[in-house]
Amino acid sequence: MRRLVLVALLLVSACRLTSAEVTVSSPAECAGQRADGLTPGKVLVGGVYPLSGPASAYAAVAQGVSAYFAWANARGGVAGRQVEFLVRDDGYQPARAVEEARRLVDSDRVFALFQTLGTPSTAAVRAYANQRGVPQLFVASGASEWGDAAYPWTIGFQPTYAAEARVYARHLLETRPHATVAVLYQNDDFGHELLTAFEEAVAGTGVQVVARRSYEVMDADVQAQMASLAESKAGVFLNVGTPKFAAQALAADAAMTTWNPLHLLNGVANTPSLIAALGPSALRGVLTTGFYKDPVTWETDPAVRTFADAVRRHVPGADPSSSQVMFGWTSAAAFAAALERMECPSREGLMAAARDLRDVEIGTLLPGITVSTGPGDPYPVEDLRVFRFGDSGWEAV
Amino acid sequence: MIGQVFHGLGTGAVYAALALALVLVHRFTGVVNFAQGELAMVSAYVAWQLVDAGLSYWLALPLTMAAAFAAGALAQRLVTRRAADAALIMTIGLYVLVHALADQIWTSALRAFPNPFPAGPLGVAGPLAVVGAVLALLYLVIRHSGAGLTLRAVAADPRAARLSGVRVGRVHALGWGLAAVAGAVSGVLVAPVVFLEPGMMGGALVAALAAAAAGGFADPVTAVAGGLLIGVAETLAGTYLWADLRVLVPLAVLLALPVVRGGGLARVRT
Repeated sequence: MRRLVLVALLLVSACRLTSAEVTVSSPAECAGQRADGLTPGKVLVGGVYPLSGPASAYAAVAQGVSAYFAWANARGGVAGRQVEFLVRDDGYQPARAVEEARRLVDSDRVFALFQTLGTPSTAAVRAYANQRGVPQLFVASGASEWGDAAYPWTIGFQPTYAAEARVYARHLLETRPHATVAVLYQNDDFGHELLTAFEEAVAGTGVQVVARRSYEVMDADVQAQMASLAESKAGVFLNVGTPKFAAQALAADAAMTTWNPLHLLNGVANTPSLIAALGPSALRGVLTTGFYKDPVTWETDPAVRTFADAVRRHVPGADPSSSQVMFGWTSAAAFAAALERMECPSREGLMAAARDLRDVEIGTLLPGITVSTGPGDPYPVEDLRVFRFGDSGWEAV
Repeated sequence: MIGQVFHGLGTGAVYAALALALVLVHRFTGVVNFAQGELAMVSAYVAWQLVDAGLSYWLALPLTMAAAFAAGALAQRLVTRRAADAALIMTIGLYVLVHALADQIWTSALRAFPNPFPAGPLGVAGPLAVVGAVLALLYLVIRHSGAGLTLRAVAADPRAARLSGVRVGRVHALGWGLAAVAGAVSGVLVAPVVFLEPGMMGGALVAALAAAAAGGFADPVTAVAGGLLIGVAETLAGTYLWADLRVLVPLAVLLALPVVRGGGLARVRT
């Protein structure tokens, strides 16, 4: 903790202070820390999301976040502070994400950046946020690198792709200890992280990866990869694609009558738009993982009811049955938990709180899953459950 | 191996149709139309809306082709007619505009598109047959119709054609319209496999540009052959060689084909 503050102070002294910088004067142990955008009655927060462009389906995440803050504000705010949440569009372009983050910090004077979405945009903003000493909290990306101690102002939220891969491996070892696995993966950091972690987790066991094929994000389709994977006759197919390519692989698998593997769909691809495009027949029996309550399956759950009512009331354009809206809501609840636990009312205090969350319970997380960080544990949510697509959508296994 | 070649031909048929569209526009108006892929994407959305409204696929297809013809001709009249030397840049602007509009109208959500052809390796015979039919149809129109004759006259010498009373502007619009039809075919063919979304033609455009360039943007047969070759080579390179090599395939074909056919790039007219 003290070291963290020291690092923070060094960073502060390293960068040029502008005249309008707000610092804390009391209590004494917080003196000199910075608190732009934070007053006893209000906190200004900024988020950068792809509201337009190829990844604009993820704009639903921002709607969930907005709904949470509006709901919290109506109940008196977070620890007495009204949350004002500014949303900016980066079109899923890293350069624009940095530009928008800069605008939020330098001209809107936000207290913290709550969420950047996607690995490329988050990595681009990370350099700026850490140089400027602005919290970049609970970013929406499952890459492991957000736990890197070299960037003390950035922290992830969801389970990493590696954690997800280990859950698939564990499930296979329990249910099919001698499975053969064929893998389709995106040829980038996302695909490599998941595949490598999976291979490490099954190394030395009866589960064997017998075929792997990659695709490029610029590829038109994955038909040929699927045909070649089918030749392996593997009993399990691990689908490590982003929604569009994962959908192509699911459709190809459903169309093939000669190869019927157990289909594992990675969590990134499990989007409302993919499910709507494919329909239930192509998805039946597919397994995936998740860590928060699906708004459809958990419709009658009190926390999910609160969520759906709040979304309907505060963000009428949003779909309360969308899992992405739910993801935004759940991560915003974690942000509120960190705000409530600030000991110093400053950016340093917020980071310290975010890095010291002890088994915080959030109603929309699955039972038994909590938000937990601490010294040496920079990963807030690390647990996942396995789901199978059945008659009523995703059902717990 | 044979299965992989068939899959490659299926992908290649899409590249070929788009390359054919690029060649048509360049041959008759002297412009490389970078928006060709996006016009094809919009055509696929139009077809999807028609099918979604309850029309049969085989009724929606000719309606879409008619709409694509009109849109192509209109794009030429509105966008490139007065641009003269800047026409190439205008097509890039058109690319951005059409893409942004599609994003607004249909959002980036994935949409399933009906597939009239059976799944499996034999299914590629369908797309190949459709591309073959379009090629034959265009050949007949250009070689054996009055409109085709004026098209060729304008392509050969626009000034002489104008002096002999041909309405060159209208003929250019006709060329763009025919090209848009070829492009629409590629969009409708690729949609069932890749799912509809505004970025669906991005990868195909790169391959189609390479295939069209291999024939100097003037030779439709080389363009179609190049498209099929890129499709097959990509698939085989990804399966039997290092997967990262796939992205180099269009470039390799672009460089290799002119050597085989002689001339090629050198024949690109400006």
